[in-house]
Amino acid sequence: MKTSKKEKLSLLEKMLMVRAFEEKAGELFQQNLIPGFIHLSIGEEASSVGTCSVLRPDDYVASTHRGHGHLIAKGADPQLMFAELFGKATGYCKGKGGSMHIADFSLGILGANGVVGGGFPIIVGAGLSIKLRNTDQIGVVFFGDGAANRGTFHEAANMAAIWKLPVIFVCENNLYASTTPVAYSLAGGSVAARASAYGIPGHITDGNDILEVRKIVARAVKRAREGKGPSIVENRTYRYRGHFEGDPQKYRSKQEVESFRKKHDPIEKFKRILKKEGTLSDRRYEDMREKVALKIEEAVRSAQEAPLPDPEEALDDLFVNP
Amino acid sequence: MTHRIMSCSEALAEALLEEMERDDSVFIIGEDIRAHDGIFGQFRGLPKRFPARVIDTPISETCIVGAGLGAALTGMRPLVDMHFADFFTTAMDEIVNQTAKIRYMFGGQAKVPMVIWAPDGGGLRAGAHHSQSLESWFVHTPGLKVVVPSEPADVKGLMKSAIRDDDPVIFFQHKKLFAQTGHVPQEEYLIPIGKGEIKREGAHITLITYSRMTYLCLEAADLLAQEDIEAEVIDLRTLKPLDFDIISRSVKKTYNALVVHEACLTGGFGAEIAARIGEELFDYLDAPVARIGAKDVPVPFSPVMEDFVLPQVADIVESVRKILNRQ
Repeated sequence: MKTSKKEKLSLLEKMLMVRAFEEKAGELFQQNLIPGFIHLSIGEEASSVGTCSVLRPDDYVASTHRGHGHLIAKGADPQLMFAELFGKATGYCKGKGGSMHIADFSLGILGANGVVGGGFPIIVGAGLSIKLRNTDQIGVVFFGDGAANRGTFHEAANMAAIWKLPVIFVCENNLYASTTPVAYSLAGGSVAARASAYGIPGHITDGNDILEVRKIVARAVKRAREGKGPSIVENRTYRYRGHFEGDPQKYRSKQEVESFRKKHDPIEKFKRILKKEGTLSDRRYEDMREKVALKIEEAVRSAQEAPLPDPEEALDDLFVNP
Repeated sequence: MTHRIMSCSEALAEALLEEMERDDSVFIIGEDIRAHDGIFGQFRGLPKRFPARVIDTPISETCIVGAGLGAALTGMRPLVDMHFADFFTTAMDEIVNQTAKIRYMFGGQAKVPMVIWAPDGGGLRAGAHHSQSLESWFVHTPGLKVVVPSEPADVKGLMKSAIRDDDPVIFFQHKKLFAQTGHVPQEEYLIPIGKGEIKREGAHITLITYSRMTYLCLEAADLLAQEDIEAEVIDLRTLKPLDFDIISRSVKKTYNALVVHEACLTGGFGAEIAARIGEELFDYLDAPVARIGAKDVPVPFSPVMEDFVLPQVADIVESVRKILNRQ
């Protein structure tokens, strides 16, 4: 697929936005300004941004506990996200959700999810609904390598395949399910390879190469929109931070993390390509970084100034008709 | 109003027929529902009438419920057939962590207009995996409405309300009542979720019950009437939201209360009702609130043992005599 110069710059900016959001969230967490716990996706930006870049605003996305990147990539507002992370009344979910439970139904974001593998059945339902309503939307479920071992994966892949649902299973294989390495836990060694059992296409991408992710996901999108059914895309990537902020990470070495950061960083990789082909100048890149940093600062500031919810609001929003 | 005699099973099918005709977004999804119009014939005529909206699935309860949820979030009104209430266990994450919480967690952004229909209860010699009454699990999960009708007219009116409700409803129907007949109005009607009904009036004791035990309580009330004991029988019909007003009005009149359910006693919904009566109506009570439920074992297969474990009419009669000191 062709990606114009303008599109490429906008992809880079989006990746920078995800990273800036995550780095800021990590910083605020360390300062004890974010309650609870958070899971950051730094290092996985090519997967979230590349995938969402080939979706329409009315397409659906089901996200994960490591979902900030998916949300921003699908168009969510960082300010409303920070407000939610702070537990403020102005947050996406009025402070009832927190980092793992952010949704924006107006953008087709059916929610992050606190349960690993919780998004599979939901996206099957969205796909079924698309079919019953006879529209040409599609649905994407993001999941990690760990979720590929849940029963929900099998039930959903089978159901989506027999009904040829317009959904895409986008795996972000970052080599560790919490502390457990893929080499230990994933029979067959590949999530995409499981596709053949369901008679659907399965692709492995260099998940740190945004143009490759985009190309492969676009192919799956086309297939889904044409009514030919689901696909599995396995973006092989890496997370630089722990499973959660504060994770002691005894399951891997610092050298391993550094080596991925040096050799495979999705932003650096894309930047090099763009510079080489003359799409990006140093000046332009610095401007872009500054613009993103400013937007994140502004989002944090206004989220910090926002009011906390009235504790009694905890009793609202359970039912439409109580 | 004109009435017809109808079974609970026919009443359910008629409710769904009317609602599916009224609203294109209503559909039914579950296992083995097309070939025989549902394994209990509960969807009679519907697969033929609505071929695209009665959907057979693989044996994948987790994904069936989750697919209902995903469809409900994106503009449809699914009725999910659980096959047997006992199989709830295979889809608990989708019900408890997802369906019940999604609207709340997301600050009221989403609505989940889904009915999960579950045939429950024992007495059919079906053994421990096909005989349970699991309503307490769902009553204990904020975000779900729980409906437990007994007679055909209530099945129909409550199902129509459940389908139209924008919140998730767990709709239990007792397997042993599918063939139970009763009067059903000819004209269209709804029965609101959250309203109980007095099925028999009486002055001496309030029997608070639901589902199949309603019929056992009515039988017990007939027997007690021969001893000049007038029992009032309340069929709660919905457990959540609970119609405590109807309980309160009755207990203030009878001064005595017995809760009867088929689910096992410990941690059962009877404990909740007894506690609330104790907290709110203590001054009106002549005797402690009593409870009847199944004995705390899985439902055994052998008929003599199953009958021993599940509450019987005689248990109700005896308990009432004891409460009223008539032994």
